[in-house]
Amino acid sequence: MKTLSNLRSNFVYAVVGTGAILAFVPFVLSSSYLLQVLIIVLLFVTLGVSWNLLGGYSGQLSLGHAVFFGIGAYGVALLSKPLGQSPWLGLLAGAVLSLPLAAFVGYVCFRLRGPYFTLATIALAEVIRLVVLNSVDLTGGAKGVTVRPLFKGVDKAPWYLLALGLAVFVVLVTYLITRSKLGYYLVAIREDEDAAEAVGVDATGYKMVALAISAFFTSVAGGFFASYLSFIEPDMVLSVERSVEICLLAIIGGLGTILGPVVGALILGLAGEWFRTNLGQAHLLTYGVLLVAVIMFMPEGIVGTMKKAGQVIGKRLSEERRRVTA
Amino acid sequence: MSLLEIKGLTKQFGGLTAVKNVDFDIDEGEIVSIIGPNGAGKTTIFNLISGFYPVTAGTMKFKGRSIVGLKPHQVCQRGIGRTFQIVKPFGSMTVLENVLVAGLCRFGFEEARDEAMKCLEFTGLAERADQPAKSLTLGGRKRLEMARAIVARPDLVLLDEVVAGLNPRETEETIQLIRRLRERGVSAAAGVEHVMRVVMTLSDRVIVLNHGEKIAEGTPQEIAGDRRVIEAYLGEGYAQS
Repeated sequence: MKTLSNLRSNFVYAVVGTGAILAFVPFVLSSSYLLQVLIIVLLFVTLGVSWNLLGGYSGQLSLGHAVFFGIGAYGVALLSKPLGQSPWLGLLAGAVLSLPLAAFVGYVCFRLRGPYFTLATIALAEVIRLVVLNSVDLTGGAKGVTVRPLFKGVDKAPWYLLALGLAVFVVLVTYLITRSKLGYYLVAIREDEDAAEAVGVDATGYKMVALAISAFFTSVAGGFFASYLSFIEPDMVLSVERSVEICLLAIIGGLGTILGPVVGALILGLAGEWFRTNLGQAHLLTYGVLLVAVIMFMPEGIVGTMKKAGQVIGKRLSEERRRVTA
Repeated sequence: MSLLEIKGLTKQFGGLTAVKNVDFDIDEGEIVSIIGPNGAGKTTIFNLISGFYPVTAGTMKFKGRSIVGLKPHQVCQRGIGRTFQIVKPFGSMTVLENVLVAGLCRFGFEEARDEAMKCLEFTGLAERADQPAKSLTLGGRKRLEMARAIVARPDLVLLDEVVAGLNPRETEETIQLIRRLRERGVSAAAGVEHVMRVVMTLSDRVIVLNHGEKIAEGTPQEIAGDRRVIEAYLGEGYAQS
């Protein structure tokens, strides 16, 4: 028990420590291009980790997370002005609005299980994309809308620090959840929803909680993204591709693990950037190839597979030790 | 007052009446077997009581309060645990974690862990506490279901097909286990398809179902000689001898 609680705090220290070290990057790194790549990677971390709480831990594979990304993005874009010209308040408003939206999505989609749930999330996200696309007066439709930046000036360092803070925060929140009753309930729901209900877990209720937390952070990331790019249109933030990208982060890295989406974000963020600059339009192939490779060779994702390998090696070592001492 | 009172319980799936106007009670500390051939409606009744199916008609009272219309987790929180005929372990969790999760709905972490360990000792799974649940044999999984059902200290457990698929030794162990539930102050309703030895040694009382209707009720001895029961199991021709 003692070692376990030590390990727990060790993880928190490790995350905070890594975050603190990474916070110095903009002061060392002069290339604003590299900083830009890192900002996207950190944004991916937030997105992947948030999605993973619902998709990886509670096993509800949402392919509609673009709606939450989108409400965050359009929140900053449209609500900053009425809220005293403050993009920060717009960001917050988008995130708060994602909660009733999550309740609605959950109400509609949690009636269905497994692949039907996934299909319902796609359908709902598409409906919302089309509504936004066609509400020209409100959203500017396909022409898009400009977004106020959170930080003025060309310096990318504050953006980087905000993205880093957000990523670290979301990782810590997820970590604490996995150690709480909620975390255990979510995994139980993933493993067998009926059995979870039978032992007293309000499956629909806790799935809703997971969705709400996931939606909240996803929309904050969406608001950040919109403000960072200073321009959005529906296909950028609400498309199925966006939803797929979000869920791939966790699937490639490792579903239901804390570090899985972090690894996934690093790989997709860095590899995606490299392929984009070197292969042009063909860069989308990387997602396909990566996904096929992971599913064929590491169905539990990179982190899941490494964990398992670690356990096997650990077991071998302890057996070896026993043999030596015997 | 009985612990569980069921009156006029009926369940229709479209045109099929799976359970028809069934009445029965379960008293505190009692072990009742619900028996009947395959398709008699045993599992349906368990699913009705535990809230997995909505009731078509009838009343169900537990400790004097109606449990009709409750969701499964609410039924559990009222004090009714259950196991599944087709075992449903949380595969990626360890044996201990499986029981721990069930305990968390009632206790805090430390207490839930202690209670879970006690239940694993009770069901003979303590040595396997840290193994993944999917590494258990069917017999082990059935005992895990039992441990999970009793960890939150329910007053009643519904045990669906307790011995189906078990070998004779496992069957014997399961009978002992269920009898010892009384020590924990738990009543039990056990569904049994056709292992008569289990019914005879296990139950205080037996309820016999056939085609969704209750056709007999009584002590194991009374039931064993009941003409309608023999007919239901073996066919009319055998009831003479």
